[in-house]
Amino acid sequence: MTEFFSHHLLSLILWTPALAAALLFLLPDRGRILKVFAVGASLIPLGLTMAVWVGYDGAQAGFQFAERAPWYPAIGAEYFLAVDGLSIPLILLTAVLTPVALLAAAGVREKVRAFLALFLLLETGILGVFLSLDLLLFFIFWEVSLVPMYFLIQSWGGEKRDGAALKFLLYTMGASLGLLLAIQVIRIAAGSFDLTVLAERWPALRMGSLGGVQIPTLKFLTFWGMAVAFLVKLPVWPFHTWLPDAHTEAPTAGSMILAGVLLKMGGYGLIRLLLPLFPAEAARFSPLLAALAAAAIVLGALAAWSQNDFKRLVAYSSVAHMGFVVLGVAAGASLGADTAAGSLALRGASLQMFTHGLSAAGMFLLVGALYDRAHTRNLEELGGLFRRAPLYGGILTFTAMASLGLPGLAGFVSELMVILGSFAAFPLAVAAAAVGLFFTGAYILKAVGRVLHGALPDRWKDAPLEIGIRERLAVAPLMILMLVTGLWPEWILEMIGTAIR
Amino acid sequence: MTSFPLLSLLVFLPIASALALFLFPAGSRRAIRWFALAVSAASLALSAAAYLAYDLPAGGYQLEEYLEWIPRWGIGYHVGVNGISLPLVLLTGIVMFTGVLISRGIDERPREFFAFLFLLAGGVFGVFVSLDLFLLFFFYEIAVFPMYLLIALWGWPKTREYAAMKLTLYLFLGSMVALIGALVLVFSTTPATFDLIRLEAAGFPADLQRTVFPFVFLGFAVLGGLFPFHNWSPDGHVAAPTAVSMFHAGVLMKLGAFAALRVGILLLPEGARFHMPWILILALVNVLYGAFIAMVQTDFKYVIGFSSVSHMGLVMLGFATLNSDGLLGASLQMFSHGVMTALFFAVVGMVYDRTHTREISALGGLARKMPLAALAFIVGALASMGMPGFSGFVAEFPVFLGVWQTRPAAAVAAAVGIVVTAAYILLVVRRVFFGAMSAEHDRIVSGIRVKDSIALILLMCILIGMGVYPAWIATLAESGVQSVMRVLGN
Repeated sequence: MTEFFSHHLLSLILWTPALAAALLFLLPDRGRILKVFAVGASLIPLGLTMAVWVGYDGAQAGFQFAERAPWYPAIGAEYFLAVDGLSIPLILLTAVLTPVALLAAAGVREKVRAFLALFLLLETGILGVFLSLDLLLFFIFWEVSLVPMYFLIQSWGGEKRDGAALKFLLYTMGASLGLLLAIQVIRIAAGSFDLTVLAERWPALRMGSLGGVQIPTLKFLTFWGMAVAFLVKLPVWPFHTWLPDAHTEAPTAGSMILAGVLLKMGGYGLIRLLLPLFPAEAARFSPLLAALAAAAIVLGALAAWSQNDFKRLVAYSSVAHMGFVVLGVAAGASLGADTAAGSLALRGASLQMFTHGLSAAGMFLLVGALYDRAHTRNLEELGGLFRRAPLYGGILTFTAMASLGLPGLAGFVSELMVILGSFAAFPLAVAAAAVGLFFTGAYILKAVGRVLHGALPDRWKDAPLEIGIRERLAVAPLMILMLVTGLWPEWILEMIGTAIR
Repeated sequence: MTSFPLLSLLVFLPIASALALFLFPAGSRRAIRWFALAVSAASLALSAAAYLAYDLPAGGYQLEEYLEWIPRWGIGYHVGVNGISLPLVLLTGIVMFTGVLISRGIDERPREFFAFLFLLAGGVFGVFVSLDLFLLFFFYEIAVFPMYLLIALWGWPKTREYAAMKLTLYLFLGSMVALIGALVLVFSTTPATFDLIRLEAAGFPADLQRTVFPFVFLGFAVLGGLFPFHNWSPDGHVAAPTAVSMFHAGVLMKLGAFAALRVGILLLPEGARFHMPWILILALVNVLYGAFIAMVQTDFKYVIGFSSVSHMGLVMLGFATLNSDGLLGASLQMFSHGVMTALFFAVVGMVYDRTHTREISALGGLARKMPLAALAFIVGALASMGMPGFSGFVAEFPVFLGVWQTRPAAAVAAAVGIVVTAAYILLVVRRVFFGAMSAEHDRIVSGIRVKDSIALILLMCILIGMGVYPAWIATLAESGVQSVMRVLGN
């Protein structure tokens, strides 16, 4: 029994949510029972992930807890799962955010069962991306995770949900075509889907042709095919246009997962696939990536600043924050992960994914909590809430400061690492990023000021606006993690450092 | 195992039942329906038995039966299955069973309806198991002929006569052209033989192969819906009653593709190599043109009709690569598309029976009234857009692998079809099953019946089962592809 458990730990993490989604349909159709069950079930992957964290042997590094089984032998695809220091933090993030988001979603009243089932399936999809080391399996989870999110937005979203859901799906699916075609080309040219094999074989392949196309041309095309898929998901300017709509229209819990982990799939793809498979191309095009990253940081922050819808403002802030991930990856590609600066930038990018996951999920939770009570997200109409809801005000201020990058909170460490690591390679982009950080301060303070300070409009003089117990329970673990990571980032950097030295 | 005539039973059970149906008094509808259901269940069980009896490690043709028939012309009753035909036999069993399950709405002459449907099914089984060219043509005509009556008598009153006539003329002409080509082959062997295994080994001269190949391949490809000969198919799909549409798109189009492979490519490998470059272009047009036309349809059933044209294009595209990846994909796509499109037409029929309209703009919000049908349609939609985790992806991926190795540009172009498919199918899902429902529909639409649910659940399980764990069918298809590759000489 314990042997089965330890040999299939990753499978258990991966499939528990899907199994729980199926079990939901056997339970009586009572919202409360279903919600408690779903939250309880989503704690299992969290517990198992902690077991993986503790059990991971940092001294050995490399991929551990590997599981392999034939899956689609006719084309050589395998069920191949394994984790390392890059994926474990993101798996932990997913496992933390799912119960948190489910707690925040307790206000959902319509079609509760379907909502929870889709949410748990979404968790399996996302975890699959972080767990797979087979290229085809990776792609399957990459695409499958879109479907529950599409239906979550379409059925439980805001007023313009129909358009937003379809735009989200078609945009990201269209962008994934390049990834799909690249995987096919790599499979044919290098004869494998196994990422550990491909990392050796594919970069070394320089000669020959495929269907009359020379390998260097193919490499150029496949590099950009993959890169665009990841950059759209991330998303980086100018591929970000699907994001504000999807975020704004998604239900609160959906936005939390979308910003918290779904975007990280893009960053993870860059580091897990693009850098090892295309070291030469990545280095060659890294200035372009850095330029896009700088544009995302500056333009994302500016766009956030000009929003009057609180949720849209937070959505645009994701574009700016994820720009730091791309900047770190570009520097790592340019300098090489074996240099001190390149490694610092890459570790910063990895950490940024984790810290932004916490702060973005927290911000969306707080925006949702406010909207549930005030029924508006328009910053012009809000104000003076601090006096009416001091606890909410405190939590919002704390989370906003983490998002802004206040020293002592999570965002500061990762953005500093990216900036320090990237400076040698791209001083101009770093300078632009610093300007972006200034605007970040501006829009965060604008949002906090408009919501919490100023005059309280008459309509809320007697309305209950204070944050509920459920939401406090949900946001607490995020605040603890933000604080701990800000004060003592070493707990997670040590894990990341086993993958990126 | 070989002593038991499993395949003959499979072919002649539906045909004999078609005749036996006339023993029932015309008025005994209940008894007729239960008899039909029992026969289709038995056919499904027999096709499943054939699947289980096939010895995969041994490969090749199995469950063979041979009887002399007209020895003077080298015609024999020769049947057998391999990894290419067996999935299609299984598919036919599945579509037959589910098609009968959902055919409760046939109130007009159900006896004759099921008799013709079974005749059609027997013919289809016959084509898939034939190892004799004469037998193959014989069953082919048995399969095509009842189609005319089924559409003309039980079809959609507005277009049924036109569609039935158009379909029959197209297919009849196609099969005549193929027959001419086939006869040329038969009579250039000495002694003349119709046995497909012997014809495969005959090794026709290259010139002859190049001349005859277009006749044989295109003649059958008409039924496979190859552009520009696809025109009969959407009209036929739409005019046919639900169970016949399921059969038509689910199985009959595969019949054309299968025969094009069986007679065209396998007997004339050199001809195939010579002509495939332009057939690949036609197939690519199928994929893209079908998808774009589906996008602008306003009739629910026409959307699915044109989506079949697009998806069959992927089968043809896989054939046109003439490599093992492409053929594997084509073979899996035939199975996957058969199940998927049967599911689509079943749901379209259920919607039409309840709302009496197929105008997409008049529909909406049906998920509330028929949640299982909505779920089934969504599963079909995900399979059709090639979403990983569903059968379509498992089938399309090898097709693309194959196309990359022959014409990389075509792979990129065909990939556009995936996104267009996602767009039109999701729009249909949203407009028909979500959004607002008209007050009239709110009043008249009822939930689906238990038998409908069983059919939909079975079809859904296959689509998901193939997507999640493809080995159960892909390994079989792969063994069939290997035997094709041996004939092609690689």
